[in-house]
Amino acid sequence: MTNARSAPKARLSATSPSGIEIPIVATAAMASGDGTMPGEAPFTRGIFEDGYRGKLWTIRQYSGFGTAEDTNQRYKFLIDGGQTGLSVALDLPTQCGYDPTDPMAGPEVGKVGVSLSTLAEAEILFRGIDVGAISTSFTINGTAAIIYAMYCAIADKQGVARAKLTGTIQNDILKEYVARGTWIFPVRPSMRLIADTILFSNEETPRFNPISIAGAHVRDAGATAVEEMGYTLANGLAYVDELLRRGGDASKFARRLSFFFYVHMDFFEEVCKFRAGRRLWAKLLEERFGITDPNARRFRFGVVCGGSSLTAAQPYNNVVRVGTETMAAVMAGAQSIFTCAYDEAFQIPTEFSAELALRTQQIIAFESGIARTVDPLGGSHFVEWLTDRMESEIRAVIEEIDAYGGVIPAIEDGILQMRIAKRAHERKQDVDDGSTVIVGQNYFRRDNQTDDFGEVFQVDPQAAQKVRVKFEAVLAQRDDAAVQRSLAALETAAAGEDENLMPRLIECCHAYATVGEMVQALKRCWGEFQEPMRL
Amino acid sequence: MSLRGKRILIAKPGLDGHDVGAKVIALALRDAGADVIYTGLRKTPDFIARVAVDEDVDAVGLSLLSGSHEELVRQTVDCLRARHASDIKLFVGGTIPDADHAALRALGVDGIFTAQMELKDVIAIIAGELG
Repeated sequence: MTNARSAPKARLSATSPSGIEIPIVATAAMASGDGTMPGEAPFTRGIFEDGYRGKLWTIRQYSGFGTAEDTNQRYKFLIDGGQTGLSVALDLPTQCGYDPTDPMAGPEVGKVGVSLSTLAEAEILFRGIDVGAISTSFTINGTAAIIYAMYCAIADKQGVARAKLTGTIQNDILKEYVARGTWIFPVRPSMRLIADTILFSNEETPRFNPISIAGAHVRDAGATAVEEMGYTLANGLAYVDELLRRGGDASKFARRLSFFFYVHMDFFEEVCKFRAGRRLWAKLLEERFGITDPNARRFRFGVVCGGSSLTAAQPYNNVVRVGTETMAAVMAGAQSIFTCAYDEAFQIPTEFSAELALRTQQIIAFESGIARTVDPLGGSHFVEWLTDRMESEIRAVIEEIDAYGGVIPAIEDGILQMRIAKRAHERKQDVDDGSTVIVGQNYFRRDNQTDDFGEVFQVDPQAAQKVRVKFEAVLAQRDDAAVQRSLAALETAAAGEDENLMPRLIECCHAYATVGEMVQALKRCWGEFQEPMRL
Repeated sequence: MSLRGKRILIAKPGLDGHDVGAKVIALALRDAGADVIYTGLRKTPDFIARVAVDEDVDAVGLSLLSGSHEELVRQTVDCLRARHASDIKLFVGGTIPDADHAALRALGVDGIFTAQMELKDVIAIIAGELG
C-alpha cells in the first residue's frame, strides 16, 4: 500500500457522493414533504400501510457455485438458517449462453455461480425444495427467458401449478449492455424476448416477477446514486413502451415490474434515493402513460449491499459496512434484501461468512426495532429536503436520456457506457487523491498491515469436469428427435414476429435441449450484439 | 510519467463482463499519453494475441475478475509465443489473490495490479517496464 494515511487527517466532505451540497442543518422551511401517508400514491413513504408488520422483507442470500449438487447443499444450509427465499447465482457460461463443453466456456464452468445447462441440472438444484413454497430469484439476463422456462418446467415436473410460482428473474438486458456485459442478442430482439416473458408471466405465473429492472450494476460500474436511479427508471420506461407496443394491459403488467438496486455507504443519500425513486416512478407512469391505478404504480424493489463499497483491505471492516447499508435499506422500505458476506467481493463466501451475513439481516429485523414503523425517517426536515432534491436530479437524468431519443439509441451509440466509464475514472481519482475516505484502505491504515480473509472458500476443483460428464450423459440419454423438433419450432417462431416464444422454450426445456442449443437457434435468427467501442 | 509513443492493448479474455476496471485503466493510460486499443468483451486468447501483433503494441493488459486468471493468462502467453511475440509486455489486473501472483509471474507476467492501487503507481510500473 503506497498511499496509507495513517495519521487521522480524513475530513468530512460537504457534498454527498452524488455531488449534492449538504446543509449543516435542514429546517422546516426547506422541507416540503408531500404530506402523503404510507400505502398512498405516490408512495414516498412506502407501498404498504403497515410496512413490515404486514410482511417482512424477503431474506435471500445470493449463492451458487460448482455443481448443482454443491449448490443444493448450500441452499439447504441457508434455508435451515432462516433464509426465506433463494437467490440463484449462475456461472458465466449459463449467463452468456454457452454449454459447459463449448470452447468459449473454458475455465469458467461453475466458477462464479452454478452451471445450469439443461433441465436435468435444474432438477438436481431444486431436489428436496418445493418450488411452490419458496420464492426463487435468478440473477440472469441474456438467457433469462430460458432459465424462466426451465423454472416453469421444474414446477411441471414437481407437480406444482405454475400459478403458485413466486420469485424473480432479473431479465434486465438494457443494463447488461451498459454495465455488466452478459448480453447476447442485439437490443431490439432482446426487448421482444423480455416482453414475451412478461406477457407470458402475466397469464401463467401471475405471482412471479418476470423482470427486476436493475440499477445495481450500473452503480457498481461507477454511476452515482442519482444516476443509478435515473438510468434505471429510464430503462423501466423503455420496457413499458415496448409492452404497450405489444398490446399489453398496463394495469396488469405494470404491477409485476420490480426493481433492484445497490445500497451504498452514504446513509441518507441511499434512504432518500429510494424514497425519491418510489415517488418519481408513480408520477412518471401517470404523466407518460396515463396509468392511474395505484396498484400498478407501486415501486417494489430488492436491494443488495454494494459490492464495490466493500474492501479487500481489512476485510472485517465490511461487516460494519454491510450492517450500515442494511439499516439504510430497511429505513427505505425494501421488499427484499441480500447482504454481502465480508469476503464476497473477492471470493465465494464460506459457510461462516454467509451465515454472518444472514444473521446481520435477522438482527436488524428482529432485534433493532427499526422495522416496526413504516418510513421512520419520514418527516425529518433533512430527509424530506434531500428526497425532493434527489427527485429533481433523477428527473434531470431521465430528461437528458429523453433528449437523446431514449435509452436504446444511447446504448447502441455507446453514450451511456462511455459516460459510466468516465464516472468510474473520476471516482477512482477521488479515492487516489484522498478526497473520498475509505477506512482501512486509503486512510487509517497501519504500515505493513496484511489483509486476512480467514478461511478461504474453494470451489471443488473437479466441479467443472463433473459438470461436463453429467452434461454428456444427458445428451446421450435424451430423445434427439424430440430435441430437434422443439428447437426447430423455437427457431421458426423466433424468425416470425408475433408468436410468444415462452411456450416454445418450455417445450425445449422439457426435451432436455441445452441452453447453448436454444441460444444458437435464436442467434441464427437475430445475430449477436455488436459492442460499440467508445472511450 | 509519460507513455507517449507507446501502444497498449487492453483486453477482456473469457466471459467476465465487468469491464469498468479495464476502461478506467484505458482512460488513465490515455491521459498518460499512450495510444490505447480496447478489445471489448469476451475475446479469446488467440484473438487478443492476433490483435496485439497486428497493431504492433508494446504491451497487453488483461482484465480478469472471475477467478479464471491462471488458465486464461497461460493461454494468452502461449498464443503470443506462437506468433513470435513474446517480447510484448504482459500486465494483468482485476481480482487476483496474492497467493496466485508468483504463478502468474512464473508464466511471464510483467506486472499485476489490484483495484486498491493508485492509478499513478500503475502507470509508473508500466512506464518502467516499457523503458
